[in-house]
Amino acid sequence: MSTLDIRRPAPAFAVSQDLVRLAYRLLAAGLICLALSLTTDAFLSFANIINVLRQASLLFFMASGLTLVILTGGLDLSIGANIALSACLAATVMKATGSPWLGGLVGLGTGTLVGLVNGVLVTSLRIPAFIATYGTMWIIHGLTYYYMAGETIHGFPPEFRALGSGYLWGVPVPVFLMVVFLAIGSIFTQRTTYGQQIYAIGANPVAAHLSGIPVMKRLVLVYAISGAMAGLASLVFLARLNSAEGDIGDSLTLPAIAAALIGGASLFGGVGTVSGTLIGALILTLVLNGMNILGVSANWQPLVTGAIVIFAVWIDIKTGGRSSEKA
Amino acid sequence: MSDMAVSARSFRLATVPGVAVVLVALLLVFAIAAPGFTSLPNLSNVLMQSTILLMLALPMTLIIMTEGLDLSIGAVLTLASVVLALVVVSTGSMLLGLGAGLAVGVAFGVVNGGLVAHLGIPPFVATLGTLGAAQGLALIVSDGQSVVGIPREVRMIYSGTFGGIPIPVIIAIVVYLAFHGLLYHTRFGTYIPALGGNREALKLAGIRDTRVLVAVYALGGFMAGLAALLLTARMSSGHPTAALGMEFDAIAAVAVGGTSFERGNGWLFGTLLGVLAVGVLRNGLNLLALPSSVQVACIGVLVILALFIDALRSKP
Repeated sequence: MSTLDIRRPAPAFAVSQDLVRLAYRLLAAGLICLALSLTTDAFLSFANIINVLRQASLLFFMASGLTLVILTGGLDLSIGANIALSACLAATVMKATGSPWLGGLVGLGTGTLVGLVNGVLVTSLRIPAFIATYGTMWIIHGLTYYYMAGETIHGFPPEFRALGSGYLWGVPVPVFLMVVFLAIGSIFTQRTTYGQQIYAIGANPVAAHLSGIPVMKRLVLVYAISGAMAGLASLVFLARLNSAEGDIGDSLTLPAIAAALIGGASLFGGVGTVSGTLIGALILTLVLNGMNILGVSANWQPLVTGAIVIFAVWIDIKTGGRSSEKA
Repeated sequence: MSDMAVSARSFRLATVPGVAVVLVALLLVFAIAAPGFTSLPNLSNVLMQSTILLMLALPMTLIIMTEGLDLSIGAVLTLASVVLALVVVSTGSMLLGLGAGLAVGVAFGVVNGGLVAHLGIPPFVATLGTLGAAQGLALIVSDGQSVVGIPREVRMIYSGTFGGIPIPVIIAIVVYLAFHGLLYHTRFGTYIPALGGNREALKLAGIRDTRVLVAVYALGGFMAGLAALLLTARMSSGHPTAALGMEFDAIAAVAVGGTSFERGNGWLFGTLLGVLAVGVLRNGLNLLALPSSVQVACIGVLVILALFIDALRSKP
């Protein structure tokens, strides 16, 4: 065994290893699909497949931004709360002005701003990521509940609702956006200097700093991207639900983390891909959708999601050879 | 006064008063701004409500001292309360109910400890996963409904007095003294800061560090089970969302109390003051007619500030 712990070897080899990881996950997704289509009649309907893809797309928007944060060895626990705040503010502005563009801008802006605050807390104030974003999560959660005071805002312009329920060239708009952001995310992480610097920071922050990467700036960037993607998810969610309430983000953080981890992102940083996260989002959605079709109560969902998170990290430790007790 | 005494004193002044200053400031602000805050019934109410939080914050202090975290403790408390209520209602026996609540708590604590110590899963993710599990189980066993019909003898645990002192306060004092003894006067207690500060040295000294770590998390679960008795007694029911999120108040109390998240430094008395600070903050905002949401946001700001100050201290 080499004494150098390099989890991300030379690029050519890395691509093939990523492909192997991806293939395993695709196989798992395929097996779940096969099992569900054999055991139920409802799974293999066009409406249900579209439904799965729609749900997976929402999960993907949250989890893909989060993947970048996890790549740097950080975590963003504030995603769910961020979505609720962004959705409620976007809904308010849209109701007041009637403009879907202005509402969308406010949703994205709010999400990004929350991400920037997280980034500053983690970098400039040097607070550990999980506890900093845990703190902002509760602050945003409290503000959203106070602002909404139990009210519901509903009824948005049809051109905005198309974002959630419309079609573009026969493809549901959220699914279309999912493909677009998969392409953007993959190119950004694999083919740009910024992306490679993010991997380098996660693999070894000290080495990254010593080799001249502006670590602080890149960290703020990934938290801002995570926030912006939460803002985007909030808009799609808002368009699909056609209503905003203070509690809409409460149960979204754990699934987002689960999707990224199932997709192969390592909590210890430096390992993971955006395409893996897409598969992760699909697998989790398939499991939850399957439980739904099989008539399992929704009360089981947090338990199953929690177990999946722990299982995914355990697999990562087993295969990656790292653990939280790094020597 | 010798030089050493002076340096010890200035060290204390540098590290200690943060939480005391916060507590006194909050007391002053609410005494002026919130009508009825200084009335005896209200102050004793703050004290009573703080007892449950103290049950969670004390073990949380030990867990954070090991560089760990337990995000599941509020959900485990909730689940234990539901199970306790179900057992008490169906058997009529408070002891059986308490036993079931403690068993649920310890089981989750051991699982948390096992995931962290044996599988090496980062504590915040391991306990985020078990948070989901406990929350789900609470909904499943209660079918989403409140468990009502708690007998009077259980309710008296919260509302009764013994020798003129409310029973929860007596329990809290006993528990605090037990934790003080455990952390500062036993061998087990000396391992805890070492787990966070210098785990390698502990291993080299031949201590089974994983066992100690599992025990610390199990203690957290045990305390959640004990707190479930007070919570169920206070609410006269077992509700499947009763204490969700209470882990944040506990973490806030520990952080404000001056325990560090990164170096194994912890201070039990600081946690006690931190619990009171969180209790006073919630009560005062409540009297000012500000809802729970604003209280949570304020506690969040308090936590970020406390962590910022801690970070400043650790890396000058």
